[in-house]
Amino acid sequence: MSYKDEWVDICSKEDLVPNSGICALVTGEQVAIFYFPDNDTLYAINNFDPFGKVHVLSRGMVGDLNGVPMVSSPLYKQHFNLKTGQCLEDEDVSVESYGVRIKDDRVEVNLTGE
Amino acid sequence: MSTKQTLVVIGNGMVGHNFLENIAESDIADKYQIVTFCEEELLAYDRVHLSEYFDGKTAADLSLVKPNFFEENNITVHIGDKAIEIDRENKQVISEKGQTIAYDKLVLAMGSSAFVPPIPGNDRENCIAYRTIDDLDDMMAAAKTAKVGAVVGGGLLGLEAAKALQNLGLKTYVVQFDSRLMSAQLDDGGAALLAEKIEDIGVSVLLDKNTTDISDGDKCMHKMSFSDGTELETDMILYSAGIRPRDELGSACGLDIAPRGGVVINNQCLTSDPDIYAIGECASWQEQTFGLVAPGYAMARAVVDQLADGDTLFTGADMSTKLKLNGVDVASIGDPHATTPGALVYTYQNGVDGIYKRLVVDKDSKYLLGAVLVGDAEDYPTLLQYYLNGIELPDNPDSLILPSRGDAPAGLGPDALPDSAQICSCFDITKGDLCASIEGGCTTLGALKDDTKAATGCGGCAALVKSVLDCELEKAGIEVNTDICEHFPYTRQDLYNLVMVEEIKSFTDLLKLHGTGQGCEICKQTIGSILASYWNEYVLEEDHVSVQDTNDAFLANMQKDGTYSVVPRMAGGEVTPDGLIAVGQVAKKYGLYTKLTGGQRVDLFGARLDQLPSIWKELIDAGFESGHAYGKSLRTVKSCVGSTWCRFGVDDSVGLAIELENRYKGLRSPHKIKFAVSGCTRECAEAQSKDIGIIAVEGGWNLYVCGNGGMKPRHGDLFATNLDKETLIKYIDRVLTFYVQTADRMQRTSVWMDNMEGGLDYLRSVVIDDKLGLCDQLEDQMQRVVDTYQCEWKTTIEDESKVKRFRHFVNSDKHDENIIFIEERGQIRPANIEERQLLLAEKVS
Ligand code: SRM
Ligand SMILES: Cc1cc2nc3c(=O)[nH]c(=O)nc-3n(C[C@H](O)[C@H](O)[C@H](O)COP(=O)(O)OP(=O)(O)OC[C@H]3O[C@@H](n4cnc5c(N)ncnc54)[C@H](O)[C@@H]3O)c2cc1C
Ligand code: SF4
Ligand code: FES
Repeated sequence: MSYKDEWVDICSKEDLVPNSGICALVTGEQVAIFYFPDNDTLYAINNFDPFGKVHVLSRGMVGDLNGVPMVSSPLYKQHFNLKTGQCLEDEDVSVESYGVRIKDDRVEVNLTGE
Repeated sequence: MSTKQTLVVIGNGMVGHNFLENIAESDIADKYQIVTFCEEELLAYDRVHLSEYFDGKTAADLSLVKPNFFEENNITVHIGDKAIEIDRENKQVISEKGQTIAYDKLVLAMGSSAFVPPIPGNDRENCIAYRTIDDLDDMMAAAKTAKVGAVVGGGLLGLEAAKALQNLGLKTYVVQFDSRLMSAQLDDGGAALLAEKIEDIGVSVLLDKNTTDISDGDKCMHKMSFSDGTELETDMILYSAGIRPRDELGSACGLDIAPRGGVVINNQCLTSDPDIYAIGECASWQEQTFGLVAPGYAMARAVVDQLADGDTLFTGADMSTKLKLNGVDVASIGDPHATTPGALVYTYQNGVDGIYKRLVVDKDSKYLLGAVLVGDAEDYPTLLQYYLNGIELPDNPDSLILPSRGDAPAGLGPDALPDSAQICSCFDITKGDLCASIEGGCTTLGALKDDTKAATGCGGCAALVKSVLDCELEKAGIEVNTDICEHFPYTRQDLYNLVMVEEIKSFTDLLKLHGTGQGCEICKQTIGSILASYWNEYVLEEDHVSVQDTNDAFLANMQKDGTYSVVPRMAGGEVTPDGLIAVGQVAKKYGLYTKLTGGQRVDLFGARLDQLPSIWKELIDAGFESGHAYGKSLRTVKSCVGSTWCRFGVDDSVGLAIELENRYKGLRSPHKIKFAVSGCTRECAEAQSKDIGIIAVEGGWNLYVCGNGGMKPRHGDLFATNLDKETLIKYIDRVLTFYVQTADRMQRTSVWMDNMEGGLDYLRSVVIDDKLGLCDQLEDQMQRVVDTYQCEWKTTIEDESKVKRFRHFVNSDKHDENIIFIEERGQIRPANIEERQLLLAEKVS
């Protein structure tokens, strides 16, 4: 059975924390969802920190570096591009990035990244 | 057998030890088996700062010996053993305790002793020389009963001794043989003003007094009789009438001795025996002995270089000096008496402000030959550079000492100095050395000091070092980029001022007004901290939560496995049995790993994010508050048990620690802040290793500032002594607020202090003398923080919407199943990665 190409309902828009992350459980995957209210943008990446090897990225601080939206790992402070999941310090390291949107005031995630 | 030669050093004083350090660092360290004799029971200590022993510094503080120095460098040291004979024939040294050591090379570093004038009665009880820590212990013992003290000798050391006596609470007299104080360094005008100033601070100066006899007094222990028929009654007598080189071993073995004392040395520091060197105060070079450390260090360097077949020579030394006696500035340079033929003199005298300045110049008014400064010695570094480097004087040399009249002061920019100019005489650091280090990347004052040692001795050269640094950076076009990150072209201090002046209350507003982009973890954390320091609002407020650093965002310290630790406050390390039981019950209920911290409290580890609110609710119900272990904020105030229980305690250290911890808890700062309070100078709370350290002494509390343990330990500086509690708290309010306002991000107080231009004296002038007129504001700001304190955990658990943030998943009640513990020694610990994979695999199958 695969839910992979579906948009999964997560939570209400109210549950988002502005300029910060939350974590959702989507068919067994931990997904970190970040919300930038300034331009009303959402990003979703995997919650697993490949350096610390634990699920904490949703608790990192967000912002941008040279215009690239990023999250900084709460453990050892590496940065990840929120659009692509690419680690900015180490080109060999990246995490999955996912599709995320708001529909009728509900937050939805799509693990295929559409 | 080893082929090493044996090098014996007699005397482990300032210069002897400096010699050992130099040779240990040199390439020839392995060539020698080194043995040293140290007559005193203490290894080398800092005599220059000896008088600080009275301000609460301990023998350990004054020690010049780095931990394990002798072991690490394989140097044998015979402590408390005096060399009593040099047998040049057989090339061996014999000691009092019976050691006989054969030498290939011998270095004499025996220093000097205080000259005790040959007066009948000079060895009566409480008649003490002023040279060693032993002497100081004797003085302190004598001061317990003495009311009046007299110092024989009005020179540099005599005046310092007088200051010490006065600080011990004695009515103090200085008895000077001739008609001037500091007669070697000052002319009549300067000496007269100095005498006036010394009298003003309460020390009586008796000039032209030739003591002829010391006998029983009527009101005091002694009566000093003078040749002019007058008398002085005193309980204690200190001799500080000059020094006598300790050349006795040298003369006994037939080395050449100078007519006025001292083992004769040549430019290579060799004595009349080609295998024996002499350095420091026991040596006489061209019939001069040098009563300062810098020349001794220069001799030590020369000998190390000679031994390495180098050609460094000792060619004399500058005896210019500057000192500060209870607020009276005095300085003397070169030839203050204008004895050079043709010398001309400029003087400036300001009777109103009590300032005297004298310049001695050559016959063409082109070069500076000497100077005297009394009452205001700010020109000293500039004048010293003119003198030492033979820099041509400006057209009107007197402009150098006249008060500046609107137009730019005639100060000497560091640019005008040649590379060879010696900037730090304590460690012989030239401008060239500083420039090389700056070029090598030491672009802050702290880094430069660390790299070159400049300004870490007497500290007199600090301002000049800083101006060389600034000038070099500017020249190199190295704009030291002090912007905190790409989003804000400002320093932390700028941002603090913006917040304060424009009354900005959120990161978003500050970003809109003064920044670009979305921000990053650097500027967010910094500004989050500044806002919390200044406004002290609840950090999880909607406006603030996203700019909190990782740990602050969830009010707990994240551990390697993504769980958190929980640290309830236990002010001063005090906790009731019931409190401990409550903590234990919570730990047990949630299965948390329990450990005592280095900060005198209990840490509970392994709490999941979703468990934090309920754990804290239970702790708060049991009477605990947040310990802010997660914040860049006040951590703990450690205490020792103090006078309540301890038989040595002088005051209630626990009570004060609790009061202080409760006063400053919650204060957000550029980095964490730690305090400790000890009940006496045994220092069981290790207060001198804290940002703020307090020690109870007979006269009140002594305050130390800017110490820390951690990566680069630094002892705190003694800031003020004998304070009552009210003054103590005022000073701490001011120091801390000033730190919060001016430090860089992530800068501990120690690094802040090391980078502060003017250092400790400057901080004292701001905090004690209110030089910047800031003290009221600093206190008000602190009071506001104190008045708006809240336990952020209490606020959090009372607000449902805040508690919601602590769920691991926004859409599920499950917890993170990757958090797995293993049992060890009866408690949990995080599984390591292999263990975790194994256990997860088992779970799936
Ligand atoms: C728990 C504790 C160790 C222990 O088991 O005893 C500890 C644990 C940590 N220390 Fe510490 N330090 C602890 C006492 C100390 C002490 C001893 C003291 O306070 O008397 C020191 C040396 C004294 C000092 O700070 O001057 C100390 C010097 C450091 C340093 C180095 C600071 C420096 O200026 O060099 C760091 C790193 C930093 O802060 O950047 C650090 C950082 C840390 C961190 C926060 C590391 C981290 O980022 O995860 C640790 C996490 C704490 C936690 O999860 O609760 N810890 N740490 C101690 C907690 C004390 C408390 O009750 O709050
Ligand atoms: C109170 C005071 C304040 C001072 N302030 C300043 C200042 O502000 N600036 C400055 O530049 N200088 C100052 N000085 C001078 C400075 O301390 C000395 O120049 C310096 O200590 C000289 O070092 P040294 O090693 O030659 O002698 P010392 O430091 O005296 O060391 C000689 C050591 O050798 C030991 N010794 C002697 N004979 C033997 C033996 N036979 N066997 C074994 N050991 C022996 C002695 O016990 C002593 O420990 C001050 C001195 C004093 C006392
Ligand atoms: S510092 Fe002094 S008062 Fe405190 S416990 Fe130690 S010995 Fe006792
Ligand atoms: S001159 Fe003493 S520290 Fe530099």
